Amino acid sequence: MSVQIWTFTFIILSFGLYIGIAIWSRASSTNEFYVAGGGVPPLANGMATAADWMSAASFISMAGLISFLGRDGTFYLMGWTGGYVLLALLLAPYLRKFGKFTVPDFIGDRYYSRSARLIAVFCAIVISFVYVCGQMQGAGIVFSRFLEVDLTVGVVIGMTIVFFYAVLGGMKGITYTQVAQYCVLIFAFMVPAIFISLMMTDNPIPQLGFGSQLTDEFGGGYLLDRLDNLSRDLGFAVYTEGQKSTQDVFFITAALMFGTAGLPHVIIRFFTVPNVRDARRSAGFALVFIAILYTTAPAVAAFARTNLIDTVNNIEYSEVPEWFTTWESTNLIAFTDKNNDGRIQYVGDPERNELQVNRDIMVLANPEIADLPSWVVALVAAGGLAAALSTAAGLLLVISTAVSHDLLKRSLMPDISEKQELLYARIAIFVAVLIAGYYGINPPAYVAQVVAFAFGLAAASFFPAIVLGIFQKRMNKEGAIAGMVCGFLFTAGYIIFFKFIDPAADNAEGWLFGISPEGIGTLGTLINLVVSLSVARFTAEPPREVQQIVETIRLPGEAMEH
Amino acid sequence: MSDESAHSYWKGNLKIVLSLLGVWFFISFVCGILLVDVLDSIRIGGFKLGFWIAQQGSIYVFVVLVFVYIKLMDRLDAQYKDSSTNSDNAARGEME
Repeated sequence: MSVQIWTFTFIILSFGLYIGIAIWSRASSTNEFYVAGGGVPPLANGMATAADWMSAASFISMAGLISFLGRDGTFYLMGWTGGYVLLALLLAPYLRKFGKFTVPDFIGDRYYSRSARLIAVFCAIVISFVYVCGQMQGAGIVFSRFLEVDLTVGVVIGMTIVFFYAVLGGMKGITYTQVAQYCVLIFAFMVPAIFISLMMTDNPIPQLGFGSQLTDEFGGGYLLDRLDNLSRDLGFAVYTEGQKSTQDVFFITAALMFGTAGLPHVIIRFFTVPNVRDARRSAGFALVFIAILYTTAPAVAAFARTNLIDTVNNIEYSEVPEWFTTWESTNLIAFTDKNNDGRIQYVGDPERNELQVNRDIMVLANPEIADLPSWVVALVAAGGLAAALSTAAGLLLVISTAVSHDLLKRSLMPDISEKQELLYARIAIFVAVLIAGYYGINPPAYVAQVVAFAFGLAAASFFPAIVLGIFQKRMNKEGAIAGMVCGFLFTAGYIIFFKFIDPAADNAEGWLFGISPEGIGTLGTLINLVVSLSVARFTAEPPREVQQIVETIRLPGEAMEH
Repeated sequence: MSDESAHSYWKGNLKIVLSLLGVWFFISFVCGILLVDVLDSIRIGGFKLGFWIAQQGSIYVFVVLVFVYIKLMDRLDAQYKDSSTNSDNAARGEME
């Protein structure tokens, strides 16, 4: 069977599964729609959280980014897993105990303020929209490359599927679909990795193969040594050495960690388990499921990089393998014969380098580069779609609840019935899907960059406000609001300045303390903390009832009811 | 639960969280970033140690940390459940 038939088969099977789950898990109340009735077992919630979290960026782009960044790629790995330690220890159990539906709910109630709730709604919507556009685009790329359909058709198919199960099932439908999507995506990621590890090092475990000796066919010696030598010979940065400054890596890692812990679509998942104990457990399971992919990705990065250099450098252009030509047609790989010798020179020096490789290709084309069977190649398409759609659904739900619950029910139209609220939630998802689809088809050029910045914004706005809300009984609305506003504006301002107003200054000399815009969220977090604490010191204590709530969420025992 | 045992439960909780966060900071920021070049001089098989911690080891430690947290919190919860009638015991148990 050809790759294309396999791809169709996998996609139709997996989509059929998602739709089946959607019909089975229809939501009938706001409680089910927002938090799946609070009855999701921790293991299932762990898988759903992992799928929710691992987006098209984790599945398609991350290993590729690492393979071009070498050791510096570490900040993605540590940042996007280390954040779960913060989430598990500082947020998840307390927020579950608090027992509300959304992040703005917590902010609004804890800080007894409609303004705080509205600021949180605004931040949640901005962060989630930025992020969801990237997912739709990812789905579009997979469709257009693997099924050779038009990008627009691809995005519309993706939208329809998400729309179907998100509108029908709300959080309940999304949760159980995400469990299925996790299984699909992890299988699709691991199978090619295991194949390649076996092929290159005879070791079936990629995490170990990565530090093993290459087989004779690949020239022997340790893989990483060989990769370092290849990089050095061709004038690329040495793979296992860092290029970025230590403080920049430090700040980017911290921003990604705080951002991970502050992303509303991740936090909201911990509202769906039955009790506090299960919230802790599901954070642990989620991290295990995420770690499987995140420890494999750097191995894939090293394998793919070595294999790519070996396969294409200095070979005759007329003799390139078939995958090279297929991917050339998508412009993800491009060759210009600068010295007209008919051979591909792939080197570090931009003057002489003749090959442009898009980083996404490292995962998408990896099975083809390694000449794996066609069903393995096809798996990657189903996995990429599962990753993109599961994250998109989680984000759309945040947008929908922010509108129907926090904006309408809790702020503007408190008198609507539950049935009306549910209807508004469904309408909000519908509108959000349309907007996300539009940006998926007409992506603003900077989407990929902006997605990374969503973390900085989440880090500088939500993370400190929630942590202080739990750990500082004295924290009041004045402090929290001032902190969120300062943190958000500082971070957004810094990013906008370097990315849009003065891109020429976007280098280590132009940056404040040598911190790149990717890492500035850490400074934003600190500013938020300092501003919150100082403002709270000079303003009135929070009311007695609020302090009582804080005391209650710190106690052991069952969660408050939804 | 009495105010006193609520207070010592919270103190026990903070102690667990802070010590685990200490390990979290040490493995990721200290070993994985600040000392990575120093640790790179040690080799284990095909890996330089600093590089391995940054791209593999730290993630394993994160997983272990969360499960240790689950275990310690379960124990703390059980301690306060059993001795909720006797807050003195609870406070003493917490000091150990």
